[in-house]
Amino acid sequence: MARYIGKEINRVDGVAKVTGRAKYAAEFRAPNLAYGFIVLGTVAKGTIKSIDTRDAEAAAGVIRIFTHLNAPKLGPKASHEQAPPRATEEQDKSFRALQSDRIFFNMQPVALVVAETYEQARYAARLVKVSYNAEKHTTDTEAVRDRGRFPSQGPPPKPRGNPEEAMKIAPVKIEAEYRIPIEHHNPMEPHAAVAVWQGDRLTMFDKSQEVYNVRKHLASSFNIPEANVQVISPYVGGAFGSSLRPNYYPALTAMAAREVRRPVKIVYTRTQMFTGHGHRPYTIQKVALGAERSGKLTAMVHEALHNTSTFEEFSDNTTGFTRQVYACPNLYAPQRITNTDLSTPTWMRAPGAVSGMFALESAMDELAYALKIDPLELRLINYAEKDPESGKPFSSKALRECYRLGAEKFGWKDRKFEPRSMRDGRLLVGWGTATGIWGAFQMPATARITFKANGTAHVASATSDIGPGTYTVITIIAAEYLGLKPEQVEFELGDSNFPRAPAQGGSWTTASVGSAVHGAALAITARLLEFANRDANSPLRGAAAADVEMLDGRLQLKNDTARFVNTAELMKRNGLGEITETFEAKPSQERRNYATLAHGAQFIEVKVDPDIGQVRVTRAIEVTACGRIINPKASHSQEIGGVVWGIGMALQEATEIDHRFGRIMNPNLQHYHVPVHADVHMIETIFVEEDDTVVNPLGVKGMGELGMVGIPAAIANAVFHATGKRIRDLPITPDKLL
Amino acid sequence: MEDNLDETSQPELSADEEALVKEMPALTDVGQARRTFLGQSLTSGVGLFALMLLEKEQALAALSAPADAVFAPAAAPENTIRIAMKVNGAAKTLELDSRVVLLDALRERLELTGTKKGCDQGQCGACTVLVDGRRVLSCLTLAATLEGREVTTIEGLARGEQLHPMQAAFIKYDGFQCGYCTPGQICSAVGLLEEARRGEASHVTENVTVNTTSLTDEEIRERMSGNICRCGAYPGIVAAIKEVHSGKETARTWRFVNDDELARVRKEWQTDETV
Repeated sequence: MARYIGKEINRVDGVAKVTGRAKYAAEFRAPNLAYGFIVLGTVAKGTIKSIDTRDAEAAAGVIRIFTHLNAPKLGPKASHEQAPPRATEEQDKSFRALQSDRIFFNMQPVALVVAETYEQARYAARLVKVSYNAEKHTTDTEAVRDRGRFPSQGPPPKPRGNPEEAMKIAPVKIEAEYRIPIEHHNPMEPHAAVAVWQGDRLTMFDKSQEVYNVRKHLASSFNIPEANVQVISPYVGGAFGSSLRPNYYPALTAMAAREVRRPVKIVYTRTQMFTGHGHRPYTIQKVALGAERSGKLTAMVHEALHNTSTFEEFSDNTTGFTRQVYACPNLYAPQRITNTDLSTPTWMRAPGAVSGMFALESAMDELAYALKIDPLELRLINYAEKDPESGKPFSSKALRECYRLGAEKFGWKDRKFEPRSMRDGRLLVGWGTATGIWGAFQMPATARITFKANGTAHVASATSDIGPGTYTVITIIAAEYLGLKPEQVEFELGDSNFPRAPAQGGSWTTASVGSAVHGAALAITARLLEFANRDANSPLRGAAAADVEMLDGRLQLKNDTARFVNTAELMKRNGLGEITETFEAKPSQERRNYATLAHGAQFIEVKVDPDIGQVRVTRAIEVTACGRIINPKASHSQEIGGVVWGIGMALQEATEIDHRFGRIMNPNLQHYHVPVHADVHMIETIFVEEDDTVVNPLGVKGMGELGMVGIPAAIANAVFHATGKRIRDLPITPDKLL
Repeated sequence: MEDNLDETSQPELSADEEALVKEMPALTDVGQARRTFLGQSLTSGVGLFALMLLEKEQALAALSAPADAVFAPAAAPENTIRIAMKVNGAAKTLELDSRVVLLDALRERLELTGTKKGCDQGQCGACTVLVDGRRVLSCLTLAATLEGREVTTIEGLARGEQLHPMQAAFIKYDGFQCGYCTPGQICSAVGLLEEARRGEASHVTENVTVNTTSLTDEEIRERMSGNICRCGAYPGIVAAIKEVHSGKETARTWRFVNDDELARVRKEWQTDETV
């Protein structure tokens, strides 16, 4: 019986966060610190003709100004990329600042001013004069949609069955095109780095979702051994994918610090963030669905295209989950990309999945109305009992339970089918639903536990906690399997000197790092048993490691707790102050025999003001089947976050580009709208736990992405139900409803 | 902290931080009564890791600049101003570049990094602090305007070992994830309750001729809408503010499905193929 797993536990980093003591990257101090301020370019494509830095150099406090003319060349790119949602490794072709006169995108860094104070650097940055040989640019994905190509990585798309023929003969079919604009992560904490060199050793305080990757990136940039670089990132003020890659600023910061022989700090401005870390790409999707009159899907064609940059290939695999969500014998779901003169897109919360499922789940709603079948029933009719792509069984899948229980909780049976048929006074009421899906990934991860004779433990792994509650969940897991109280466990993360962990992305952290901590705890248990059984009179004599457990200072037989040894005494007898075990957890071979996915059903109520087109999401119910829940309190917060992100994507968020200049028009939080308090109402979570012994030893699946995946579609479907208007281009702003 | 004109002073362990080494208090509130909860120690949960990083900073602080380190020829700021103000109860005298805003004065000069820079242009609320008890955006407040004023930051809300009720309520309702907007949310919430006590109206106040002292959820949401939380912890924040404001607890909005329910729905679909 679990003591802590599955219990509601406050965040262990809570006090640090509510008192302002939690230190984020820009908040680390170093003596003789200098401040860097980035100068952004003003054309979308071309070359730098000249840079005049004389006025800037003469400004008070300026130490040095770096441009492509004097910045040292960085070493070869070597950092690996871990790409959710498919966990593939990709070569680093990321943009690096000040390496040539070439302009690849508007608001590209063209100079760096380093000064004694922030104010001096910022002022002098405005005095840098840059002229360009501008070239004709293309920033509009629509204009180059006919130049789409398949990404070079990954297998070419292969149809399942004969979708073309099946579509031709389908008795009922729908076809529609959907659009998602460029979106930006906009974490509250701007990306920041503080670089401190001691000879050829570099300490880097960074905002990062993967300190090992930043370490590798910096080591290769400066041709120094990785062991010479320490990347520290204890707290990350939100990232949502924007810190999966090293971005350009850490190397820029370290380069400047190395040149001026002083510690340097660079913090992106909010505006600089819009070209400083990538974005969710502009995505055009065409979905055609064919079905029998019974509702059974006979053909699915889901084609997606989104932008990438001219210098680097990126794909978020928009249509990936389309292959696995419904049972359908005939399917084609290719993904294409097309070059634009914008910075490279990147992964943004629920990458690919939320975009693809917005289109597919909107199309399913359109099909339901074409068939005159309840939208939820249509999903049940096409329920996939096994993975439609591989034919493998699911390791676990309680999605049907999610649909049923969610419908019951939401009161779905009272829904009137016809659009515009439900009202609350003068407001139009709409109810929509959609399916959520995400992979139950696991990546190799290593953790180290030092168990001390005084009954405390120290746990370390170089993972990150960008907000989901990793500090807490890992503390809970360690406490559970070491038989300690959470307050007796100290867990540290975010330091490249700790054992290796994967990027915090893809919702795989608990499955990966948690499994490593679980393994290390069992290794500690086994070591203690080994010491105990050196004693011929040990009460545990003859017991195997699997037969014993640690609990409250005892090592005891699981099925006969009267047989135990006191661990403190045991360690003392053996002259051990502490025991350290390091364990690497890898995905099991058994996983290959199954499809491992997390699922959810999402129900949304909107109220629409028919006079002004304003949409309010008044009720959201998330029903989630993602294995075992370690800390329901933080998991619920993840689900809330998923809904809030879904509201933003569905109703508000869009990065607007003036294509005449190829320049972002709204790089700030005034004009790039994200949900605020007034936009968020009732959000409820129901956890349908799955007993999954395949996914990993803890039976956990990830949920950070899952909770968002179906929400934009569910909102769009609810808006259709309320208004009779099918909005296929996000965001659903009031003008589109009037 | 005393009057401090020295910008390069070394970080030191505070008494609180030193106490942490000796003690790691309870972190869970499973089944804890509210009173006990609100009595949670200030030091709980600030891990040894924070201390280790302080040590790292201390080690770095001991570094001296190499002989070839580059300094600006004209390093001294122009247009310096001298400001005397109170920060978290302590008198501070600062000599600053006139362009310095309160936010940067706190973060870069006074080592009070609890106040966060989110946008630096008054659009996100992360930098909210209290000046003479009223919430202000410190990124839009020139330090030069603060002569004789009293500034309270997130670091000044707790009383000794005791968390401010708003801080405790944020933990209780999980009113944050990444924690970056949290100091601004909390300062804003504390300021908001004072505004309510003064009976100030908001955009959603139904009748502006009547002083609004009791806040509905809608009033709280409206009055907090200048503080963005990108993690989306809004429901927990509203619950926390409501509890401090009115003493009313907000019921949990999550639950586990139990075995009986599962058995029931599984039985239902075996007999009924539709919803």
